[in-house]
Amino acid sequence: MEVDDHVVIIGASHAAVQLMISLRQQGWLGAITTISDEPHMPYQRPPLSKSYLDGSVEADRLVLRAAETYDKLKVDFKLGCKVTSIDARNKQLNLDTGEKIGFTKLALCTGARVRQLDLPGSELEGVHYLRTMDDVKAIRQSAKKASRAVIIGGGYIGLETAASLTKLGIKVTVLETETRLLKRVASEQVSEFYKRLHEEEGVEIRLGSKVVALQGNSQVKSVVCDDDSHSGADMVIIGVGVIPNTELASEAGLVVENGIVVDQFAQTSHPDIVAAGDCTFHPNALLKKSLRLESVPNASEQAKAAAASLCGIKKAYSELPWFWSDQFDVKLQIAGISQGYTKAVVRGDASAGRSFSVFYIKDQYVIAADCINRPKDFMVAKKLILQQSKIDVAALVDESSEIKKLLINGEQ
Amino acid sequence: MPAITYIEFDGTEYHVDVAVGNSVMEGALNNMIDGIVAECGGSCVCCTCHCMIDPEWSEVVGEANDEENELLEMLDVREPTSRLSCQVQVTDEMDGMVVRLPESQY
Repeated sequence: MEVDDHVVIIGASHAAVQLMISLRQQGWLGAITTISDEPHMPYQRPPLSKSYLDGSVEADRLVLRAAETYDKLKVDFKLGCKVTSIDARNKQLNLDTGEKIGFTKLALCTGARVRQLDLPGSELEGVHYLRTMDDVKAIRQSAKKASRAVIIGGGYIGLETAASLTKLGIKVTVLETETRLLKRVASEQVSEFYKRLHEEEGVEIRLGSKVVALQGNSQVKSVVCDDDSHSGADMVIIGVGVIPNTELASEAGLVVENGIVVDQFAQTSHPDIVAAGDCTFHPNALLKKSLRLESVPNASEQAKAAAASLCGIKKAYSELPWFWSDQFDVKLQIAGISQGYTKAVVRGDASAGRSFSVFYIKDQYVIAADCINRPKDFMVAKKLILQQSKIDVAALVDESSEIKKLLINGEQ
Repeated sequence: MPAITYIEFDGTEYHVDVAVGNSVMEGALNNMIDGIVAECGGSCVCCTCHCMIDPEWSEVVGEANDEENELLEMLDVREPTSRLSCQVQVTDEMDGMVVRLPESQY
Protein backbone atom coordinates (compact mmCIF):
# COMPACT_ATOMS: atom_id res chain seq x y z
CA MET A 1 0.00 0.00 0.00
CA GLU A 2 1.73 3.15 -1.26
CA VAL A 3 0.84 6.83 -1.12
CA ASP A 4 0.89 6.84 -4.92
CA ASP A 5 -1.70 4.08 -5.12
CA HIS A 6 -5.12 5.05 -6.37
CA VAL A 7 -8.44 3.34 -5.69
CA VAL A 8 -11.20 4.22 -8.10
CA ILE A 9 -14.78 3.38 -7.11
CA ILE A 10 -17.44 3.16 -9.79
CA GLY A 11 -20.72 4.15 -8.17
CA ALA A 12 -21.52 6.54 -5.31
CA SER A 13 -24.30 4.93 -3.32
CA HIS A 14 -24.48 2.89 -0.11
CA ALA A 15 -21.72 0.39 -0.96
CA ALA A 16 -19.38 3.05 -2.34
CA VAL A 17 -19.68 5.30 0.72
CA GLN A 18 -19.03 2.49 3.19
CA LEU A 19 -16.13 1.32 1.05
CA MET A 20 -14.37 4.71 1.11
CA ILE A 21 -14.88 5.06 4.86
CA SER A 22 -13.59 1.54 5.53
CA LEU A 23 -10.58 2.13 3.25
CA ARG A 24 -9.45 5.07 5.40
CA GLN A 25 -10.21 3.17 8.62
CA GLN A 26 -8.05 0.29 7.40
CA GLY A 27 -5.22 2.72 6.67
CA TRP A 28 -5.43 3.28 2.92
CA LEU A 29 -3.04 6.19 2.28
CA GLY A 30 -3.44 6.70 -1.45
CA ALA A 31 -5.95 8.67 -3.44
CA ILE A 32 -9.62 7.65 -3.67
CA THR A 33 -11.79 8.72 -6.56
CA THR A 34 -15.44 7.86 -6.95
CA ILE A 35 -17.31 8.17 -10.25
CA SER A 36 -21.08 8.32 -10.54
CA ASP A 37 -23.39 8.93 -13.46
CA GLU A 38 -25.82 10.64 -11.08
CA PRO A 39 -25.28 14.36 -10.41
CA HIS A 40 -25.89 14.13 -6.64
CA MET A 41 -23.67 13.51 -3.67
CA PRO A 42 -24.46 10.10 -2.08
CA TYR A 43 -27.97 9.82 -0.71
CA GLN A 44 -30.08 7.18 1.03
CA ARG A 45 -32.16 5.12 -1.35
CA PRO A 46 -34.64 3.33 0.98
CA PRO A 47 -36.63 6.51 1.80
CA LEU A 48 -37.12 7.34 -1.90
CA SER A 49 -40.32 5.32 -2.23
CA LYS A 50 -41.39 6.08 1.33
CA SER A 51 -40.81 9.31 3.28
CA TYR A 52 -39.21 11.23 0.40
CA LEU A 53 -42.03 10.39 -1.99
CA ASP A 54 -44.79 11.29 0.47
CA GLY A 55 -43.01 14.55 1.28
CA SER A 56 -42.43 13.93 4.99
CA VAL A 57 -38.67 14.13 4.36
CA GLU A 58 -36.89 16.49 1.97
CA ALA A 59 -33.74 15.90 -0.11
CA ASP A 60 -31.37 17.59 2.36
CA ARG A 61 -32.24 14.91 4.93
CA LEU A 62 -31.35 12.09 2.57
CA VAL A 63 -27.60 12.74 2.45
CA LEU A 64 -25.65 9.65 3.44
CA ARG A 65 -22.87 11.66 5.08
CA ALA A 66 -22.32 15.38 5.64
CA ALA A 67 -20.17 17.10 2.99
CA GLU A 68 -17.37 17.66 5.55
CA THR A 69 -17.10 13.92 6.06
CA TYR A 70 -15.96 13.46 2.46
CA ASP A 71 -13.41 16.28 2.92
CA LYS A 72 -12.01 14.44 5.92
CA LEU A 73 -11.89 11.23 3.90
CA LYS A 74 -10.08 13.04 1.07
CA VAL A 75 -12.25 11.52 -1.61
CA ASP A 76 -12.45 13.02 -5.06
CA PHE A 77 -15.97 12.88 -6.56
CA LYS A 78 -16.55 12.82 -10.29
CA LEU A 79 -20.30 13.17 -10.58
CA GLY A 80 -22.53 13.14 -13.62
CA CYS A 81 -20.16 11.15 -15.80
CA LYS A 82 -20.20 7.60 -16.96
CA VAL A 83 -17.49 4.99 -17.22
CA THR A 84 -17.75 3.58 -20.74
CA SER A 85 -15.18 0.80 -20.39
CA ILE A 86 -12.62 -0.76 -18.10
CA ASP A 87 -9.22 -1.52 -19.60
CA ALA A 88 -8.25 -4.12 -17.02
CA ARG A 89 -4.87 -4.90 -18.59
CA ASN A 90 -3.65 -1.29 -18.59
CA LYS A 91 -5.63 -0.49 -15.43
CA GLN A 92 -7.40 2.42 -16.92
CA LEU A 93 -11.01 3.61 -17.17
CA ASN A 94 -12.52 5.38 -20.15
CA LEU A 95 -15.17 7.99 -19.39
CA ASP A 96 -17.92 9.39 -21.58
CA THR A 97 -16.21 12.78 -21.25
CA GLY A 98 -13.25 11.39 -23.18
CA GLU A 99 -11.17 11.41 -20.02
CA LYS A 100 -9.04 8.41 -19.04
CA ILE A 101 -8.42 7.59 -15.38
CA GLY A 102 -5.73 5.19 -14.23
CA PHE A 103 -6.18 3.02 -11.14
CA THR A 104 -4.10 0.78 -8.93
CA LYS A 105 -7.20 -0.91 -7.54
CA LEU A 106 -10.79 -0.75 -8.71
CA ALA A 107 -14.06 -1.20 -6.81
CA LEU A 108 -17.28 -1.88 -8.68
CA CYS A 109 -20.29 -0.54 -6.78
CA THR A 110 -22.40 -0.22 -9.89
CA GLY A 111 -25.69 -1.29 -8.31
CA ALA A 112 -28.74 -2.12 -10.34
CA ARG A 113 -31.07 -0.34 -12.71
CA VAL A 114 -34.82 -0.71 -13.20
CA ARG A 115 -36.11 -3.34 -15.53
CA GLN A 116 -37.94 -1.53 -18.30
CA LEU A 117 -41.16 -2.71 -19.88
CA ASP A 118 -41.41 -2.57 -23.61
CA LEU A 119 -44.94 -1.14 -23.74
CA PRO A 120 -46.60 1.00 -26.38
CA GLY A 121 -47.01 4.45 -24.88
CA SER A 122 -44.28 4.16 -22.25
CA GLU A 123 -42.73 7.40 -23.57
CA LEU A 124 -45.86 9.37 -22.56
CA GLU A 125 -45.61 12.15 -20.02
CA GLY A 126 -46.50 11.03 -16.51
CA VAL A 127 -44.95 7.55 -16.90
CA HIS A 128 -42.19 6.89 -14.40
CA TYR A 129 -39.79 4.34 -13.03
CA LEU A 130 -38.47 4.61 -9.49
CA ARG A 131 -34.80 4.11 -8.65
CA THR A 132 -33.06 7.47 -8.25
CA MET A 133 -33.70 10.73 -6.44
CA ASP A 134 -34.35 12.42 -9.78
CA ASP A 135 -36.95 9.76 -10.60
CA VAL A 136 -38.78 10.61 -7.38
CA LYS A 137 -38.48 14.35 -7.95
CA ALA A 138 -40.26 13.79 -11.26
CA ILE A 139 -42.89 11.55 -9.62
CA ARG A 140 -43.53 14.24 -7.00
CA GLN A 141 -44.01 16.80 -9.77
CA SER A 142 -46.53 14.54 -11.52
CA ALA A 143 -48.29 13.83 -8.23
CA LYS A 144 -49.01 17.54 -7.68
CA LYS A 145 -51.49 17.57 -10.54
CA ALA A 146 -52.67 13.94 -10.42
CA SER A 147 -55.83 12.54 -8.91
CA ARG A 148 -55.45 8.94 -10.15
CA ALA A 149 -52.31 6.82 -10.36
CA VAL A 150 -51.71 3.33 -11.68
CA ILE A 151 -48.81 1.30 -10.36
CA ILE A 152 -47.60 -1.54 -12.55
CA GLY A 153 -46.10 -4.23 -10.35
CA GLY A 154 -47.19 -5.46 -6.90
CA GLY A 155 -43.75 -5.93 -5.38
CA TYR A 156 -42.28 -3.95 -2.49
CA ILE A 157 -41.45 -0.86 -4.54
CA GLY A 158 -44.88 -0.84 -6.16
CA LEU A 159 -46.67 -1.24 -2.83
CA GLU A 160 -44.57 1.36 -1.01
CA THR A 161 -45.24 3.77 -3.87
CA ALA A 162 -48.96 2.99 -3.69
CA ALA A 163 -48.95 3.78 0.04
CA SER A 164 -47.01 7.03 -0.40
CA LEU A 165 -49.22 8.29 -3.22
CA THR A 166 -52.35 7.38 -1.24
CA LYS A 167 -51.04 9.53 1.62
CA LEU A 168 -50.82 12.38 -0.89
CA GLY A 169 -54.55 12.01 -1.58
CA ILE A 170 -54.21 10.22 -4.91
CA LYS A 171 -56.53 7.34 -5.83
CA VAL A 172 -54.20 4.42 -6.60
CA THR A 173 -54.69 1.20 -8.56
CA VAL A 174 -52.03 -1.53 -8.43
CA LEU A 175 -51.86 -3.94 -11.37
CA GLU A 176 -50.05 -7.21 -10.78
CA THR A 177 -49.64 -10.00 -13.35
CA GLU A 178 -49.35 -12.76 -10.76
CA THR A 179 -52.24 -14.27 -8.81
CA ARG A 180 -51.05 -12.61 -5.60
CA LEU A 181 -48.93 -9.67 -4.45
CA LEU A 182 -45.27 -10.23 -3.54
CA LYS A 183 -45.49 -13.74 -4.97
CA ARG A 184 -41.77 -14.06 -5.64
CA VAL A 185 -40.75 -13.18 -2.08
CA ALA A 186 -43.51 -13.82 0.43
CA SER A 187 -45.89 -16.50 1.69
CA GLU A 188 -49.59 -16.49 0.90
CA GLN A 189 -50.42 -15.16 4.36
CA VAL A 190 -48.22 -12.11 3.84
CA SER A 191 -49.52 -11.56 0.30
CA GLU A 192 -53.11 -11.73 1.57
CA PHE A 193 -52.32 -9.32 4.38
CA TYR A 194 -50.87 -6.70 2.05
CA LYS A 195 -53.86 -6.98 -0.24
CA ARG A 196 -56.19 -6.42 2.71
CA LEU A 197 -54.06 -3.56 4.09
CA HIS A 198 -54.04 -1.70 0.79
CA GLU A 199 -57.73 -2.25 0.20
CA GLU A 200 -58.54 -1.01 3.71
CA GLU A 201 -56.56 2.13 2.88
CA GLY A 202 -58.50 2.67 -0.35
CA VAL A 203 -56.06 1.24 -2.90
CA GLU A 204 -57.54 -0.89 -5.67
CA ILE A 205 -55.57 -4.11 -6.19
CA ARG A 206 -56.07 -6.00 -9.44
CA LEU A 207 -54.35 -9.36 -9.68
CA GLY A 208 -53.74 -11.39 -12.83
CA SER A 209 -53.66 -8.12 -14.79
CA LYS A 210 -51.11 -7.99 -17.54
CA VAL A 211 -50.59 -4.51 -18.97
CA VAL A 212 -50.38 -4.35 -22.76
CA ALA A 213 -50.37 -0.61 -23.48
CA LEU A 214 -50.38 2.89 -22.06
CA GLN A 215 -52.62 5.39 -23.80
CA GLY A 216 -52.87 9.16 -24.05
CA ASN A 217 -51.93 11.99 -26.41
CA SER A 218 -48.81 13.51 -24.93
CA GLN A 219 -49.87 12.84 -21.35
CA VAL A 220 -50.74 9.33 -20.13
CA LYS A 221 -54.51 8.91 -19.68
CA SER A 222 -55.14 5.21 -19.25
CA VAL A 223 -53.57 1.80 -18.84
CA VAL A 224 -54.82 -1.09 -20.95
CA CYS A 225 -54.66 -4.70 -19.78
CA ASP A 226 -54.82 -7.92 -21.81
CA ASP A 227 -58.48 -8.43 -20.82
CA ASP A 228 -59.09 -5.12 -22.64
CA SER A 229 -59.91 -3.29 -19.41
CA HIS A 230 -58.89 0.37 -19.16
CA SER A 231 -57.73 2.00 -15.93
CA GLY A 232 -57.77 5.78 -15.95
CA ALA A 233 -54.52 7.38 -14.81
CA ASP A 234 -52.90 10.82 -14.60
CA MET A 235 -49.62 9.12 -13.75
CA VAL A 236 -48.14 5.63 -14.01
CA ILE A 237 -45.27 4.17 -12.03
CA ILE A 238 -43.65 1.00 -13.28
CA GLY A 239 -42.00 -1.13 -10.58
CA VAL A 240 -41.16 -4.52 -12.04
CA GLY A 241 -37.76 -5.23 -10.55
CA VAL A 242 -34.15 -4.37 -11.25
CA ILE A 243 -31.26 -5.68 -13.33
CA PRO A 244 -27.71 -5.67 -11.92
CA ASN A 245 -25.26 -3.38 -13.71
CA THR A 246 -22.70 -5.95 -14.80
CA GLU A 247 -21.90 -4.91 -18.38
CA LEU A 248 -18.67 -3.03 -17.56
CA ALA A 249 -17.44 -6.05 -15.64
CA SER A 250 -18.28 -8.62 -18.29
CA GLU A 251 -16.82 -6.50 -21.08
CA ALA A 252 -13.63 -6.27 -19.03
CA GLY A 253 -13.48 -10.06 -18.91
CA LEU A 254 -14.64 -10.55 -15.31
CA VAL A 255 -16.75 -13.57 -14.43
CA VAL A 256 -20.42 -12.60 -14.30
CA GLU A 257 -23.49 -14.70 -13.52
CA ASN A 258 -26.61 -13.17 -11.98
CA GLY A 259 -24.32 -10.35 -10.83
CA ILE A 260 -20.58 -9.81 -10.76
CA VAL A 261 -19.13 -12.97 -9.24
CA VAL A 262 -17.13 -12.31 -6.06
CA ASP A 263 -15.83 -14.48 -3.24
CA GLN A 264 -16.49 -13.99 0.48
CA PHE A 265 -13.82 -11.27 0.50
CA ALA A 266 -15.66 -9.32 -2.26
CA GLN A 267 -12.84 -10.15 -4.65
CA THR A 268 -13.81 -10.50 -8.34
CA SER A 269 -12.03 -12.82 -10.77
CA HIS A 270 -9.47 -10.02 -11.36
CA PRO A 271 -6.90 -9.65 -8.56
CA ASP A 272 -7.06 -5.83 -8.47
CA ILE A 273 -10.82 -5.48 -8.73
CA VAL A 274 -13.39 -5.88 -5.95
CA ALA A 275 -17.15 -5.43 -6.09
CA ALA A 276 -19.87 -4.78 -3.50
CA GLY A 277 -23.62 -4.24 -3.24
CA ASP A 278 -26.62 -5.00 -5.43
CA CYS A 279 -24.39 -5.77 -8.45
CA THR A 280 -22.65 -8.79 -6.88
CA PHE A 281 -23.35 -12.50 -6.97
CA HIS A 282 -21.70 -13.66 -3.77
CA PRO A 283 -21.41 -16.72 -1.54
CA ASN A 284 -23.09 -16.71 1.86
CA ALA A 285 -21.74 -19.29 4.31
CA LEU A 286 -24.83 -19.08 6.54
CA LEU A 287 -27.16 -19.83 3.65
CA LYS A 288 -24.69 -22.25 2.07
CA LYS A 289 -25.23 -20.83 -1.39
CA SER A 290 -24.42 -17.90 -3.68
CA LEU A 291 -26.97 -15.20 -4.28
CA ARG A 292 -27.54 -11.60 -5.31
CA LEU A 293 -29.27 -9.26 -2.87
CA GLU A 294 -31.00 -5.91 -3.25
CA SER A 295 -30.31 -4.60 0.21
CA VAL A 296 -28.60 -1.71 1.95
CA PRO A 297 -27.26 -3.78 4.89
CA ASN A 298 -25.73 -6.17 2.36
CA ALA A 299 -24.15 -3.31 0.43
CA SER A 300 -22.60 -1.81 3.56
CA GLU A 301 -21.31 -5.03 5.09
CA GLN A 302 -19.92 -6.36 1.83
CA ALA A 303 -18.21 -3.02 1.20
CA LYS A 304 -16.31 -3.45 4.48
CA ALA A 305 -14.94 -6.77 3.21
CA ALA A 306 -14.11 -5.19 -0.16
CA ALA A 307 -12.17 -2.35 1.49
CA ALA A 308 -10.25 -4.82 3.62
CA SER A 309 -9.33 -6.84 0.52
CA LEU A 310 -7.99 -3.71 -1.18
CA CYS A 311 -5.82 -3.12 1.90
CA GLY A 312 -4.54 -6.71 1.80
CA ILE A 313 -6.62 -7.83 4.80
CA LYS A 314 -8.86 -10.91 4.64
CA LYS A 315 -12.23 -10.08 6.23
CA ALA A 316 -14.88 -12.58 5.17
CA TYR A 317 -18.37 -11.28 4.63
CA SER A 318 -21.19 -13.53 5.80
CA GLU A 319 -24.26 -11.91 7.29
CA LEU A 320 -27.84 -13.00 7.61
CA PRO A 321 -29.75 -11.02 4.96
CA TRP A 322 -32.54 -8.82 6.24
CA PHE A 323 -34.90 -6.28 4.71
CA TRP A 324 -37.63 -3.88 5.68
CA SER A 325 -40.60 -2.13 4.12
CA ASP A 326 -42.81 0.73 5.36
CA GLN A 327 -46.36 0.98 4.05
CA PHE A 328 -49.04 3.08 5.77
CA ASP A 329 -48.68 2.40 9.51
CA VAL A 330 -47.17 -1.03 8.91
CA LYS A 331 -43.52 -1.78 9.36
CA LEU A 332 -42.42 -5.08 7.88
CA GLN A 333 -39.10 -6.53 8.96
CA ILE A 334 -37.82 -9.59 7.13
CA ALA A 335 -35.10 -11.84 8.53
CA GLY A 336 -33.39 -14.39 6.29
CA ILE A 337 -34.40 -15.74 2.88
CA SER A 338 -37.58 -17.81 2.85
CA GLN A 339 -36.88 -19.55 -0.48
CA GLY A 340 -37.13 -23.34 -0.12
CA TYR A 341 -39.29 -23.33 3.02
CA THR A 342 -41.50 -26.35 3.62
CA LYS A 343 -43.93 -24.81 6.10
CA ALA A 344 -45.05 -21.29 7.00
CA VAL A 345 -46.53 -20.80 10.48
CA VAL A 346 -48.18 -17.70 11.88
CA ARG A 347 -47.72 -16.15 15.30
CA GLY A 348 -50.62 -13.79 15.91
CA ASP A 349 -53.65 -13.17 13.71
CA ALA A 350 -52.92 -12.64 10.02
CA SER A 351 -56.56 -12.27 9.03
CA ALA A 352 -57.43 -9.24 11.17
CA GLY A 353 -55.53 -6.30 12.56
CA ARG A 354 -52.01 -5.30 11.62
CA SER A 355 -49.64 -7.25 13.82
CA PHE A 356 -48.39 -10.81 13.28
CA SER A 357 -45.34 -12.75 12.14
CA VAL A 358 -44.88 -15.55 9.64
CA PHE A 359 -42.04 -17.94 10.36
CA TYR A 360 -40.67 -19.98 7.46
CA ILE A 361 -39.58 -23.45 8.44
CA LYS A 362 -37.49 -25.98 6.59
CA ASP A 363 -36.89 -29.42 8.13
CA GLN A 364 -37.77 -28.16 11.63
CA TYR A 365 -35.42 -25.16 11.42
CA VAL A 366 -36.51 -21.53 11.15
CA ILE A 367 -34.91 -20.13 7.98
CA ALA A 368 -36.74 -16.81 7.68
CA ALA A 369 -39.48 -14.63 9.15
CA ASP A 370 -41.72 -11.79 7.98
CA CYS A 371 -42.62 -9.67 11.00
CA ILE A 372 -45.46 -7.21 10.62
CA ASN A 373 -45.37 -4.47 13.25
CA ARG A 374 -43.51 -6.93 15.49
CA PRO A 375 -39.97 -5.68 16.12
CA LYS A 376 -39.54 -8.08 19.02
CA ASP A 377 -40.39 -11.13 16.89
CA PHE A 378 -37.92 -9.87 14.31
CA MET A 379 -35.09 -9.59 16.81
CA VAL A 380 -35.82 -13.11 18.07
CA ALA A 381 -36.20 -14.48 14.53
CA LYS A 382 -32.70 -13.34 13.58
CA LYS A 383 -31.32 -15.20 16.58
CA LEU A 384 -33.48 -18.29 15.97
CA ILE A 385 -32.21 -18.54 12.40
CA LEU A 386 -28.60 -18.17 13.48
CA GLN A 387 -28.80 -20.58 16.43
CA GLN A 388 -29.80 -23.39 14.03
CA SER A 389 -31.56 -25.61 16.52
CA LYS A 390 -34.78 -27.53 15.93
CA ILE A 391 -37.82 -25.37 16.61
CA ASP A 392 -40.80 -26.19 18.80
CA VAL A 393 -43.50 -25.00 16.38
CA ALA A 394 -46.29 -25.26 18.97
CA ALA A 395 -44.43 -22.85 21.25
CA LEU A 396 -43.50 -20.60 18.35
CA VAL A 397 -47.14 -19.96 17.44
CA ASP A 398 -48.39 -19.83 21.04
CA GLU A 399 -48.94 -16.16 21.78
CA SER A 400 -49.33 -16.83 25.49
CA SER A 401 -45.72 -18.00 25.63
CA GLU A 402 -42.88 -15.42 25.52
CA ILE A 403 -41.12 -15.79 22.19
CA LYS A 404 -37.79 -15.05 23.84
CA LYS A 405 -38.00 -18.40 25.63
CA LEU A 406 -37.32 -20.17 22.34
CA LEU A 407 -33.79 -18.86 22.33
CA ILE A 408 -31.19 -21.24 23.66
CA ASN A 409 -30.19 -18.75 26.36
CA GLY A 410 -33.64 -17.18 26.45
CA GLU A 411 -34.21 -17.57 30.17
CA GLN A 412 -31.35 -15.24 31.03
CA MET B 1 -23.33 23.40 17.24
CA PRO B 2 -23.75 21.22 20.32
CA ALA B 3 -20.61 19.27 21.21
CA ILE B 4 -21.17 15.60 21.94
CA THR B 5 -18.68 13.10 23.34
CA TYR B 6 -18.95 9.53 22.11
CA ILE B 7 -17.03 6.92 24.10
CA GLU B 8 -16.40 3.60 22.39
CA PHE B 9 -16.41 0.38 24.39
CA ASP B 10 -12.59 0.30 24.35
CA GLY B 11 -12.47 3.79 25.86
CA THR B 12 -11.68 5.74 22.69
CA GLU B 13 -13.28 9.17 22.95
CA TYR B 14 -14.56 11.33 20.14
CA HIS B 15 -15.47 14.97 20.76
CA VAL B 16 -17.55 16.15 17.84
CA ASP B 17 -19.96 18.91 16.93
CA VAL B 18 -23.37 17.72 15.78
CA ALA B 19 -25.85 20.01 14.05
CA VAL B 20 -29.14 20.66 15.83
CA GLY B 21 -31.83 18.53 14.20
CA ASN B 22 -29.41 15.77 13.26
CA SER B 23 -29.71 12.56 15.21
CA VAL B 24 -27.07 11.27 17.58
CA MET B 25 -26.66 8.46 15.03
CA GLU B 26 -25.92 10.91 12.21
CA GLY B 27 -23.35 12.64 14.40
CA ALA B 28 -21.54 9.33 14.78
CA LEU B 29 -21.75 8.40 11.10
CA ASN B 30 -20.55 11.79 9.90
CA ASN B 31 -17.51 11.45 12.12
CA MET B 32 -16.76 7.84 11.23
CA ILE B 33 -17.31 6.58 14.75
CA ASP B 34 -17.24 2.84 14.31
CA GLY B 35 -19.33 1.82 17.33
CA ILE B 36 -22.52 2.88 15.58
CA VAL B 37 -23.40 0.62 12.65
CA ALA B 38 -26.85 1.95 11.71
CA GLU B 39 -27.64 -0.67 9.08
CA CYS B 40 -31.05 0.79 8.28
CA GLY B 41 -29.85 4.37 8.12
CA GLY B 42 -32.09 5.66 10.87
CA SER B 43 -35.51 4.08 10.34
CA CYS B 44 -35.77 2.40 13.74
CA VAL B 45 -35.84 -1.09 12.27
CA CYS B 46 -32.44 -2.70 12.84
CA CYS B 47 -31.28 -1.92 16.38
CA THR B 48 -27.62 -1.42 15.35
CA CYS B 49 -27.23 2.16 16.60
CA HIS B 50 -27.64 1.41 20.28
CA CYS B 51 -26.02 3.87 22.70
CA MET B 52 -26.12 4.49 26.44
CA ILE B 53 -26.80 8.09 27.41
CA ASP B 54 -24.73 9.29 30.37
CA PRO B 55 -27.22 9.26 33.28
CA GLU B 56 -26.62 12.98 33.88
CA TRP B 57 -28.12 13.66 30.46
CA SER B 58 -30.94 11.14 30.41
CA GLU B 59 -33.54 13.67 31.48
CA VAL B 60 -32.62 16.03 28.65
CA VAL B 61 -32.78 13.18 26.15
CA GLY B 62 -35.98 11.60 27.40
CA GLU B 63 -37.23 8.06 27.18
CA ALA B 64 -37.38 5.60 24.31
CA ASN B 65 -40.57 5.48 22.24
CA ASP B 66 -42.65 2.27 22.06
CA GLU B 67 -41.24 0.96 18.82
CA GLU B 68 -37.71 1.62 19.99
CA ASN B 69 -38.45 -0.06 23.31
CA GLU B 70 -39.46 -3.31 21.66
CA LEU B 71 -36.13 -3.45 19.85
CA LEU B 72 -34.11 -2.41 22.90
CA GLU B 73 -35.84 -5.03 25.01
CA MET B 74 -34.29 -7.78 22.92
CA LEU B 75 -30.71 -6.62 23.34
CA ASP B 76 -28.41 -8.83 25.38
CA VAL B 77 -27.09 -5.80 27.21
CA ARG B 78 -29.58 -3.07 27.92
CA GLU B 79 -29.01 -0.27 30.42
CA PRO B 80 -31.60 2.04 31.98
CA THR B 81 -30.46 4.90 29.73
CA SER B 82 -30.16 2.83 26.54
CA ARG B 83 -31.50 4.49 23.42
CA LEU B 84 -31.36 3.94 19.69
CA SER B 85 -29.28 6.88 18.58
CA CYS B 86 -31.31 7.32 15.38
CA GLN B 87 -34.29 8.26 17.55
CA VAL B 88 -32.48 10.97 19.52
CA GLN B 89 -32.61 14.36 17.80
CA VAL B 90 -29.86 16.72 18.90
CA THR B 91 -30.96 19.97 20.53
CA ASP B 92 -29.04 22.95 21.93
CA GLU B 93 -29.67 21.58 25.43
CA MET B 94 -27.49 18.56 24.59
CA ASP B 95 -24.29 20.62 24.31
CA GLY B 96 -21.68 18.75 26.34
CA MET B 97 -23.57 15.45 26.39
CA VAL B 98 -21.74 12.16 26.80
CA VAL B 99 -22.91 8.90 25.20
CA ARG B 100 -21.26 5.52 25.49
CA LEU B 101 -21.31 2.83 22.82
CA PRO B 102 -21.72 -0.90 23.44
CA GLU B 103 -19.14 -3.59 22.77
CA SER B 104 -21.14 -4.88 19.82
CA GLN B 105 -24.17 -3.77 17.84
CA TYR B 106 -25.22 -7.37 17.14
